[in-house]
Amino acid sequence: MAERMALTGNDSAAYAFKQINPDVVAAYPITPQTELMHKFAAYVADGEVKTEFVPVESEHSAMSAVIAASLAGARACTATSANGLALMWEMLYIAASCRCPIVMPVINRALSAPINIHCDHSDTMGARDTGWIQLYSENCQEAYDNALQAVRIAEHPDVMLPVMVCLDGFILSHTLEGLEANDDETVRNFIGEYERSDNLLDVERPQTFGAFALQNYYFEFKKQQADAMQEAPAVIDEVGKEYGELTGRSYGRLDPYRCDDADVIVVGLGSSMGTAKQAVDDLRDEAGLKCGVLKIRCFRPFPGDLIRQALQNAAIVGVMDRAVSFGLGGPLFHEIRSARYGGDGPMLNFIYGLGGRDLSLDLAKDVFRNLAEAKDSGQVEPVVRYVGLRE
Amino acid sequence: MGEGLLQIRWHGRGGQGAKTAAAMVAEVAVHAGKYGQAAPEYGAEREGAPIRAYTRIGEQAIRVHDAIYYPDIVVVLDETLLDTQNVEGGLSEDGILLVNTARTPAEVREALGLEGCTIYTVEATRIALEEIGRPIPNTVMLGALLSVTEVVEVEEIKKSIEKKLGGKLSESMLKGNLRAVERAFEEVKSENG
Repeated sequence: MAERMALTGNDSAAYAFKQINPDVVAAYPITPQTELMHKFAAYVADGEVKTEFVPVESEHSAMSAVIAASLAGARACTATSANGLALMWEMLYIAASCRCPIVMPVINRALSAPINIHCDHSDTMGARDTGWIQLYSENCQEAYDNALQAVRIAEHPDVMLPVMVCLDGFILSHTLEGLEANDDETVRNFIGEYERSDNLLDVERPQTFGAFALQNYYFEFKKQQADAMQEAPAVIDEVGKEYGELTGRSYGRLDPYRCDDADVIVVGLGSSMGTAKQAVDDLRDEAGLKCGVLKIRCFRPFPGDLIRQALQNAAIVGVMDRAVSFGLGGPLFHEIRSARYGGDGPMLNFIYGLGGRDLSLDLAKDVFRNLAEAKDSGQVEPVVRYVGLRE
Repeated sequence: MGEGLLQIRWHGRGGQGAKTAAAMVAEVAVHAGKYGQAAPEYGAEREGAPIRAYTRIGEQAIRVHDAIYYPDIVVVLDETLLDTQNVEGGLSEDGILLVNTARTPAEVREALGLEGCTIYTVEATRIALEEIGRPIPNTVMLGALLSVTEVVEVEEIKKSIEKKLGGKLSESMLKGNLRAVERAFEEVKSENG
């Protein structure tokens, strides 16, 4: 039986962790995430979970510990915010590259300086190229639901990538709301068991992870990561649908609200989209303004095609960014503008030179030939092409 | 805004329990089958610093995640904030202002130069000192709030106090808190005396 509870965002994520009952959790406190791990540590101390809880000396160590645990076949989780995420930086890449399906709530908070403990998205926006899947939450219910779905998405054999469950610091983390929690058995059945086929502790088949790969193989690892991200959308949609059948709350990568006949559409991430939905209702009633909200739940992988479709009939689109890329503008705005530009003319993207692989004169010429061919034939798929990759 | 949405803004100082009181009301509302939301607003926590907290109770899902600018009810846990904070800001004409003070509602009205709304006062700090032995006025103010308008059931708030504070306080202090809620019912002053 589902249970109606009143929880803060931090408590809702901690409760999801309790039901997930991870094998290993390593964490270091940072505002506004601290209460999440306080709560979870209490579950550990009270024997309500069987988790090996590792209180480490820094976020860098927290991420290192969960990477190692994940490679050893453990279901491993952590959580952080802002500067803590920044301190994890190099390990974030390693978690994704080693294909560790770690689930990490990130309680979004501004980066210093000046010191500020409150919400913006500059922490996770900065991490958008680390190879992690990113789901953003509008309210405490979504934070809880996303944390559970993240386990399934991360551990799916076609994906095997870590997932950040983003929720706004204070605005959600410290705000108490009513939410519907699933019973433990439903969660247990939904998430299933984590089996890692290339387990580090498999003594019959000794393996190493994250070892040396230079010009010879590094590039192929990156291509595999890119491929896994390509597989993720289908898995995210499938998991969101299955979760809906189970709980009555289904999830897609986007959440369009009254967009069908809207002339004006606002696009954004996180808790402010709830406020924007209310504004839509009010403005439709009070001013007859045909408006809508396009909330992006899944920011990585970026659902560019879906966004373009969702916005195709809008007369004007406003993108709300809670982060600045200095010298560019809002990152979400630029990604969406880029996604919409595809409709105006063909473009191709060439990926080359990763890990020091040489771009020879011949390969460079191939790029020009490739483009000319696409122009003449009109064949622009696939848009992303790899140069000099060992197939 | 959605129909049937009630918005309460709490003004207090760090350590007076405004955050806890705001959360308790929302939590009880949720368990009564309504929609509830409670959020504190503060910087780095410091005892004595002015803070705000917000409670929303709705018949429909509450989607907004902003501060409360147009409250139906304002609860002031520390009367020194009347001089320094715009506690009555945005309070509706038919709203309620409830203040922890020894002054009468008429005196508060005069001090604020306020028109409209209904003012209530209660000596919450004195009651807290007498019943609990500490100048923490939040449970008294909860009692006063519910005596003025039963946004949630007082019996449920008492249960919540027992549940929330039971593990933290001594038996005598817990009982003091429950008596404090009851005394607020008897001692809250309206403008009609």
